[in-house]
Amino acid sequence: MVTSATNFSRTGLSDWLVQRVSAVILLAYSAFIFGIFLVNPDLDYAQWSTLFDSTAVRIFSLISLLALCGHAWIGMWTVATDYLTSLQLGASATAVRLLFQIGCALLITVYLLWGIQIFWGS
Amino acid sequence: MLVSIYRYNPETDLKPAMVDIEVDVPADRDLMVLDVLNLAKEKDTTIAYRRSCREGVCGSDGMNINGVNGLACITPISSVVKPGKKLVLRPLPGLPVVRDLVVDMSMFYKQFEKVKPYLINATPAPAIERLQSPEDREKLDGLYECILCACCTTSCPSFWWNPDKFIGPAGLLQAYRFLADSRDTAASERLAGLEDPFSVFRCRGIMNCVAVCPKGLNPTRAIGHIRSMLIEQSV
Ligand code: SF4
Ligand code: SF4
Ligand code: FES
Repeated sequence: MVTSATNFSRTGLSDWLVQRVSAVILLAYSAFIFGIFLVNPDLDYAQWSTLFDSTAVRIFSLISLLALCGHAWIGMWTVATDYLTSLQLGASATAVRLLFQIGCALLITVYLLWGIQIFWGS
Repeated sequence: MLVSIYRYNPETDLKPAMVDIEVDVPADRDLMVLDVLNLAKEKDTTIAYRRSCREGVCGSDGMNINGVNGLACITPISSVVKPGKKLVLRPLPGLPVVRDLVVDMSMFYKQFEKVKPYLINATPAPAIERLQSPEDREKLDGLYECILCACCTTSCPSFWWNPDKFIGPAGLLQAYRFLADSRDTAASERLAGLEDPFSVFRCRGIMNCVAVCPKGLNPTRAIGHIRSMLIEQSV
C-alpha cells in the first residue's frame, strides 16, 4: 500500500469521495448564487445583506466554504504529488513539495477563517 | 520511405538522437511497421528492437509509432503515416531506454506483480479442477486477453508521473481480472491493497490506455469497476 505523510485522509477512496461530494456542493452553491443574480437583476446592497442575514444561507455558505477548502486541498496535494516529485526535480523535490504544501495549507486556512468571519461576523 | 528512428546506446552515446534512414518499400503492398523496421535493420544492423511472434500475440514490439503507442507487427504503415511523410519510431515513453527501441520493463512488471496476478483460493482444491459457470466465465472476457505489451501503461500520464506508485492500466486490468473471478476468494485482501491514494486513484480517466490498446481492451472500465467495489466494500 502506498501512502504519503502529507495526505491528511490516508485513503484514495475518501479523497475521491470528498472530491465528488464537494464538487456537487459547489455546483449547487454556484447555481444558487447565479440564480439570485438572475432573478434579481437590480440587486441592491440591502437585499444582498438581508439574504446573508438568514441562518440558512449562512449555513449553506459555510458548508460550501468547507467543501471548497477540502476540494482545494486534495486538488493541490494531487498536483504536488504529480509534478513536484524526485522524478521531476531531483533531490530537492521533498523540500520543494513540503514548502508548497505548507503554503497551500496556510492559504486555505486563512481563506477558511476569513470566510467564516465574513459570513458569520456581525 | 523515410524512417526516423530513435537511436541511443548508453554505453557510447552522450544523448539520444533521431536518425533518418531511407528504406525501399514495395509500392503495391501495405507493410506493417515491423516489416519496415526489419528492412531498415538490413541496412543498419545495429538498430535494436524487440519482436518475436510478428502477429500481435507476444506483446514484445510495443513502441511509439508517429506519436502513438502500438505493436509494430500489426500496425499497417498506411494507418499511421500519410503518403510522402516520415515514419517516426521511438521507444515506449516513460520507461528507461536500454538501447534504441528497447526499454527496461522492470517497473511495469513490478506494478503487475503488486496485484498478485494469480488465483488465490484457500479452500481445498477439488480432484480435477475448479469449475465455473459459463456466465461467470464470461465476466473474464475483455480482461484475460491482455498480452502485457505495456502500450497502455506507458501512454498514461499518471504512470509517467508516479511509475513507482500508480499501478497503471495494465496492472489494474489484471487486478480486476482476479477480482471478477468467481474462483478467487481473496477479493477483500486484494481491495485492501488498492485503496490508497496512488495505486488505483491516480487514474484520472484520461483514457489514453483505451485509445492505444492493440487488443481493444478497456482498462478504464476495469478501473471503474475496482473503484465501485472499493466504495461498496467501505459503505
Ligand atoms: S484512464 Fe486512467 S489508467 Fe487509463 S490512461 Fe487514463 S489515467 Fe491512465
Ligand atoms: S491492456 Fe492492452 S495495451 Fe495494455 S498491456 Fe494489455 S494488451 Fe497491452
Ligand atoms: S512481435 Fe509479438 S506482438 Fe508484435
